[in-house]
Amino acid sequence: MPRRYCICRPTACRPTIKRSPALRIALFVACYNDTLFPATGIAVTRVLERLGHRVDFPLQQTCCGQMHYNTGYHREAVPLVRRFVEQFAEAEAVCVPSASCVAMMREHYAMIAEAEQDAALAAQVHALLPRVFEFSELLANRLGVEDCGAAFAHSVTYHPSCHSLRMLHVGEAPVKLLRAVRGLTLLELPEKEQCCGFGGTFAVKNADVSAAMLEAKDTCVLRTGAEVVTALDNSCLMQIYGGLHRAGSAIRTMHLAEILACAAAPAEALR
Amino acid sequence: MSVRVGKTAAAPSFPVAAKAALKNSQLRHNVHHATDVIRDKRALRVEEMPDWQALRGAAAAIKAHTLRHLDRYLVEFERNCTRAGGQVHWARDADEANAIAIRLIRGYSGEGPAEVIKVKTMTSDEVQMNAALEAAGITPYETDLADMIVQMGDDEPSHIVVPALHKNRREVRDLFREKMGRPELSDNPEDLTHAARTYLRDRFLNVRIGIGGANFAVAETGAVCVVESEGNGRMCVTLPEVLITLVGIEKVVPRFADLEVFLQLLPRSATGERMNPYNSLWTGVQAGDGPRIFHVILLDNGRTKMMADAMERETLQCIRCGACLNACPVYRETGGHAYGSIYSGPIGAILSPQLQGLEHSRSLPYASTLCGACYEVCPVKINIPEILIHLRGREVREDQRSLRALTSENLAMQAAALAFTSQRRYEAAQRLARMGQRLFQRGDELVKLPGMAGGWTKYRDLRAIPAQSFRDWWKQRGATPPTTTTTTTNTTGSEDA
Repeated sequence: MPRRYCICRPTACRPTIKRSPALRIALFVACYNDTLFPATGIAVTRVLERLGHRVDFPLQQTCCGQMHYNTGYHREAVPLVRRFVEQFAEAEAVCVPSASCVAMMREHYAMIAEAEQDAALAAQVHALLPRVFEFSELLANRLGVEDCGAAFAHSVTYHPSCHSLRMLHVGEAPVKLLRAVRGLTLLELPEKEQCCGFGGTFAVKNADVSAAMLEAKDTCVLRTGAEVVTALDNSCLMQIYGGLHRAGSAIRTMHLAEILACAAAPAEALR
Repeated sequence: MSVRVGKTAAAPSFPVAAKAALKNSQLRHNVHHATDVIRDKRALRVEEMPDWQALRGAAAAIKAHTLRHLDRYLVEFERNCTRAGGQVHWARDADEANAIAIRLIRGYSGEGPAEVIKVKTMTSDEVQMNAALEAAGITPYETDLADMIVQMGDDEPSHIVVPALHKNRREVRDLFREKMGRPELSDNPEDLTHAARTYLRDRFLNVRIGIGGANFAVAETGAVCVVESEGNGRMCVTLPEVLITLVGIEKVVPRFADLEVFLQLLPRSATGERMNPYNSLWTGVQAGDGPRIFHVILLDNGRTKMMADAMERETLQCIRCGACLNACPVYRETGGHAYGSIYSGPIGAILSPQLQGLEHSRSLPYASTLCGACYEVCPVKINIPEILIHLRGREVREDQRSLRALTSENLAMQAAALAFTSQRRYEAAQRLARMGQRLFQRGDELVKLPGMAGGWTKYRDLRAIPAQSFRDWWKQRGATPPTTTTTTTNTTGSEDA
């Protein structure tokens, strides 16, 4: 039974920040977050450090192989699987702020090792995967955190991305984390479980259909009246933003970590 | 042997066909409405089942077992069906199935004009039986209401269970007015159904040969099972003197008791009903009851080929409930015709390319975002997203051995693979992308990207790549993490914090 520590502060809402023993958490930020959405990686680092953990970022990391694998370039994905597994083999816990990358690892890494008839790789995958967590999973399941001590005085709607919903089954974890954010108004997204239409290379190979699906999603987003859309995947958010911005909407898209990293004065007092 | 699946060979690629479908707002409205209604009904009927997941597991296990021993169960079915007075024929492909049907019909009708009544069978659409019958001077009358609408309108089915789902009742009214010569008809569903009944009743009573399909064929007893909602199927399998049933070889189940599982799963998944209004089961022929002569045509048409690969074999577990179509966000926007095959939606996207080889349906495995909604609702647990990825892999491997290796996509993927296998090359690629984007940058946004990426900027904006990547930030921050936030709150006693 891991020990948990609570620090209660004498404020009106008496928020609690639950603590698990400090871990060394290796961050696999995902190639597209690294390049296109650096704010997400920075936010993940800040949240985890605020919770008392040490974050490592192995600079050798690149891509989990999802783009290649899901598009059918299976041979090309193999070295990327090896690369990931080797670089994170020793990590106490791996944090991945991208549900679809984690789905790639859980759904396909073992299969890829098997197809390669590489028993050593299969064993490495088997040993590593239980320590790999999507960001909200890490907080909720590994660290036992529901309240990150964040404050964000805006209305937010949450899009449960397909991979987080149907492959990782993260369930209510992200919603609970959002509910604990001070000042945040959480608005229910209609038809929330419908795909946004991104689908990796689908977005360009079937651009017309992807745009039609996006229109349906963005219509639902607009109906909420929220100021911010959040999700566990910046890929979906990139799609949602792309449609909203093209339509002239000022709604912002933020990864969950970016909201949880926002700390107003009361949370600052913790430092 | 030549495997054909509907008219797929002549169909345009999915993106092209989908683009045309997206412009048809009436079609999209009809498909949205119909799939939403069925999807919600299904959800209601599934939620009330405490053992739904166990049933799914049982169904998948029965199907997987049957497919592994299909040789045995097919022969067992043939033996028991024959013993009960049926006659079993084996068809390797579409042409053989049609030739057998025509030979049988001609054997009973003699030369000259002949007529048959048909009840909904996807398999007969798969082998394009109506066209073959017409070419042989035999007039087929579809008696399933939706199939009749499709046939009258010289249309193609757009859904596995609800073939005329793309038509609303006003469109059906207009069709009936024209084809039945009933200009007074309203679009009231009761009036439309009554018109169809009057039209069909005459065929049921006068046509002597019926052609149908089967949802299940029971090896243990030789029984054949058809489930439906209208009762027209019941008419078709009981009134004619001769009944010819076309069955895909994957439809066999080992035991009669297995129907207990499937008859719970199928109606709930297909139409959101607890039970189908009509469940017809018959075994061979009975004196004084139903058809005097009963033929079964067992169709392969590419199925045996699919058995070789464990993952592809899973596709054959399908019981054609159409739940994946109703759940699919892609199907929801395009409807079924865009798939260029009578098997549309997610199951069509994996079934059509496998039945006929990839050549005629190369774009289908890519007609999905891999969102997983299809797998979630599949009553026999076919992992459709996984099979889509598997088929994409097959396609890419084939491409890479041909001139298609020179496509910009393959070259881009190779370049990316090269970049991702070295930190130095990866970081160089990041810098290159940041420099290269200036050509397309307008303020903070990228516009009119070239090549495939142009598909993105055609419909969506894209924020420009920021000047600093995450790894740049990390390097700049230095090796020492800020300890200020952790030391004061470190209650763990760990020196690491």
